[in-house]
Amino acid sequence: MWNYEKRLQYPVNITSTNPAMAQVIISQFGGPDGEVGATMRYLSQRYTMPYREVAGLLTDIGTEELAHMEIVSTIVYQLTKNLSIEEIKASGFDKYYVDHTTGIYPVAASGTPFSAAAFQSKGDAITDLHEDMAAEQKARTTYDNILRLVKDPEIVDPIRFLRAREVVHYQRFGEALRIVQDRLDPKNFYAYNPEFDRVKGR
Amino acid sequence: MTPNERNELLNYIYTAGFAVDDTVLYLDTHPTDKVALQYYHKYNAIRQQAVKEYNTYFGPLTDESVESTTKWTWVEEPWPWEMGR
Repeated sequence: MWNYEKRLQYPVNITSTNPAMAQVIISQFGGPDGEVGATMRYLSQRYTMPYREVAGLLTDIGTEELAHMEIVSTIVYQLTKNLSIEEIKASGFDKYYVDHTTGIYPVAASGTPFSAAAFQSKGDAITDLHEDMAAEQKARTTYDNILRLVKDPEIVDPIRFLRAREVVHYQRFGEALRIVQDRLDPKNFYAYNPEFDRVKGR
Repeated sequence: MTPNERNELLNYIYTAGFAVDDTVLYLDTHPTDKVALQYYHKYNAIRQQAVKEYNTYFGPLTDESVESTTKWTWVEEPWPWEMGR
């Protein structure tokens, strides 16, 4: 089970609002490569992961992604605080506002609501870890794209932190893949699926 | 410590832990209820003590309670969805 700690993993203190930028950054909350999908992906995959340290990594990264969800949500919240109707209209935030006011809702920048269709839990250790590595790179690209659009150092700073974590997670998942492969048939990694077939691995 | 003692201690943590969880929700909406607050402190102390003992004898319940200084014991013990936890 989980316990909540009353702090962000990395501080967010944005003093000037920017609803247009919020509508872009919200994609890393509920978009196709966002943090909601990340946490759901890893926390769903871990049950059938037969190697305890890899199940642990999925648990721990999945948990960190919950904290990233909170950071992105905080950025969006602070960017859309105390907006006037004029600011909402002028920034194009009206399309979000009409459905959610300034509530934080998991959507992509396009406005498409979060969908579990953006991730997989395939029940195959090799497949899932490849998915996880790809997911971290896709999120890294999204943060890079955001960084090209953002100039405010108060926004850039936490986004850079989140981007750096994607790179670290990618590295750790790569190591997890190696741990899995080391326990499979060295002549054929696909000889059996350690999450399903009743063949003993190492 | 035996597996039986482990189960016994874990059941104790389930009970005390839930007492705290449920009281927390009540206190969120009744923050000045002194009786509930006393109940919280009583069961929270019991829970913390039980968790401390569990960490020492059966391995870490959180990634902040690893006691070994020679190896990372966090990933050694069964995960809760494996049978018997």
